[in-house]
Amino acid sequence: MGGFAEFELVEGDDGGNVLTLSGPYLVSTIGAIDQDLRALEGPISRIDLSAVSEIDTVGAWIATSLSNEHQAEITGASDRAERLIDALEGTRAEEEIAAPRLPVWKRVPQAMGDKVLGARHGVYGVVGFLGALLIACASLIRHPRRFRWLALVRQLELVGVSALPIIGLMSFLIGIVIAQQGAVQLAQFGAETLTVNLVGRITLRELGVLMTAIMVAGRSGSAFAAQIGTMRLTEEVDAMQTIGISPMEALVVPRILAAVLMMPLLGFYSAGVAIIGGAVVGQFMLGIPFWTFLTRIQDVVPLYDLWVGLIKAPVFGLIVALAGCYHGMKVKGNSEEVGLRTTMAVVTGIFAVIVIDAFFAVFFTEIGWG
Amino acid sequence: MAQDETGRDLGRHERYRGEYPIVVEGLKTAFGPQVVHQDLDLKVRRGEILGVVGGSGTGKSVLMRAIIGLQTPAEGEVCVFGRSIAGSDPQQDIGIRNRWGVLFQGGALFSTLTVGENVEVPLKQFYPDIEPELRHEIARYKVVLSGLPEEAVSKYPSELSGGMKKRAGLARALALDPELLFLDEPTAGLDPIGAAAFDHLTLELKETLGLTVFLITHDLDTLHEICDRVAVIADKKVIAVDTVPNLMELDHPWIQEYFNGPRGRAALTAQALDELRKHMDEPVAAHAVKALDKPPAGKA
Repeated sequence: MGGFAEFELVEGDDGGNVLTLSGPYLVSTIGAIDQDLRALEGPISRIDLSAVSEIDTVGAWIATSLSNEHQAEITGASDRAERLIDALEGTRAEEEIAAPRLPVWKRVPQAMGDKVLGARHGVYGVVGFLGALLIACASLIRHPRRFRWLALVRQLELVGVSALPIIGLMSFLIGIVIAQQGAVQLAQFGAETLTVNLVGRITLRELGVLMTAIMVAGRSGSAFAAQIGTMRLTEEVDAMQTIGISPMEALVVPRILAAVLMMPLLGFYSAGVAIIGGAVVGQFMLGIPFWTFLTRIQDVVPLYDLWVGLIKAPVFGLIVALAGCYHGMKVKGNSEEVGLRTTMAVVTGIFAVIVIDAFFAVFFTEIGWG
Repeated sequence: MAQDETGRDLGRHERYRGEYPIVVEGLKTAFGPQVVHQDLDLKVRRGEILGVVGGSGTGKSVLMRAIIGLQTPAEGEVCVFGRSIAGSDPQQDIGIRNRWGVLFQGGALFSTLTVGENVEVPLKQFYPDIEPELRHEIARYKVVLSGLPEEAVSKYPSELSGGMKKRAGLARALALDPELLFLDEPTAGLDPIGAAAFDHLTLELKETLGLTVFLITHDLDTLHEICDRVAVIADKKVIAVDTVPNLMELDHPWIQEYFNGPRGRAALTAQALDELRKHMDEPVAAHAVKALDKPPAGKA
């Protein structure tokens, strides 16, 4: 008894060809022999299984397939083989394994059309979501006792406090880079001292808030989408609704509020740390003493730069959290959807932040806060 | 590699011939300070359907996870096909993993693959030399063999009902023609007709394919109808392993409550009725069935 499935086709004494199968006919041994068996040229009148040492449903399947194809009779089957062959009766199916798919030349235009038409739904969806959010906020203002303080505090911690180390490190490094690179360029005009203006104004006005928004989109926007999306898959959101809890009030409002409240604080913190980073470069590379750098900031940065940053921050927070929650609530079907929606939440969040930032830049310059 | 009773590695075309494919000795499992099992012993005989019962939270699923290597035991030894599972080299486990099939409680189908593709996953993983043509054929007949309609092959799990998901999960568990089948509450959440059909299917598969089945269940009908022996888990160990009639003789409060409670008796009556119906032509039996079908008024 070998460890390999083998076969032999010989002319039998009654005139017809006899196919003798021998050895183990199992799922583990069939791969090596299946193609050869399929390639056999008929006619075969009899398939002899008496030399088969082991058989499972795959072996039985091969035997019945051959027997059907060549109208051959199966002989010499052991009890077990007999039972398996009987069990497989009527299991022949033709259905494709893969889900039905259109050919590429139909699929691509169709996907494109769906996207274009879907864009409108997407806009409706976001506007509708914003509307539902406002209604939820209004009803919470009328019934303040329904507000979930605990959830809000928890989200404030997740969005704000636990983001402090990474945002601090990132901002410190950005401050160093701006100061160092700026100093190199400004030195060409003999204006290294203006590095203070550069670092102070750019971080307070633009980069502090913008980089923070991107970081919050990556940390919290994605978390909102993934968490709410998973809750949708496990029907937790549906369960809430049946109990009479509005998912908008319980899940979305605390998260969005947390992002809106935390973004100005994080943005200001980020700008502050970046300035410290710049001051460190000043101390060691430019010969500007650390404290002088910091006091100079007060003189050269106009107060409205701070206001520009602080006004933009909650708007960015709203956008990032809205994208996260919206995509989370849109999840349906399977786990792949959670991944797709999380990606979309981060990408649309960051994109929208940058677009709105451009509008703000023009707007604030026009009103004289240049 | 799986080993026979003498410790020799089994070739991949050889079936396990030892008496006990699963041997659990002195098992202790714990989550932190919470001990789930303590000194648990269990032997599963080859070719039997072993039912595992126990109250909620007694660790039936944890025991299954310990046997299939998903939960590392704190103490004790779990041997499957003669070889210890705990802490073994995953590369070596291959000889064991392709000899068992597992049906998880919720089906645990891969949601991004169709049912047919789900069944193909283990085939691709263990036997990449099987040509796609044959692999598709195998996937199709396994799905039909598990009692699903042919059209289900190309459907995604999210398009299936709960009962169909279970059957699709069974088809995947059977993909490699395993010798050992683990079923975690296969009939939970099924309607009585579906549950009875699933029981019947399990029994039929066991008999035709020569399976050993480790079956976790709460379903008393399942226990009466198809289980050869039943293991009862209570007080962190297996307190008894025996046939249902023998278990009912035992003097343990939980066992008494379980089998002789209202539901236990109902299941028993149903089974007795079935037996009687098989002998309907005998006048005495027919009379008994009539009497049992219509309980006297006032004694509902």
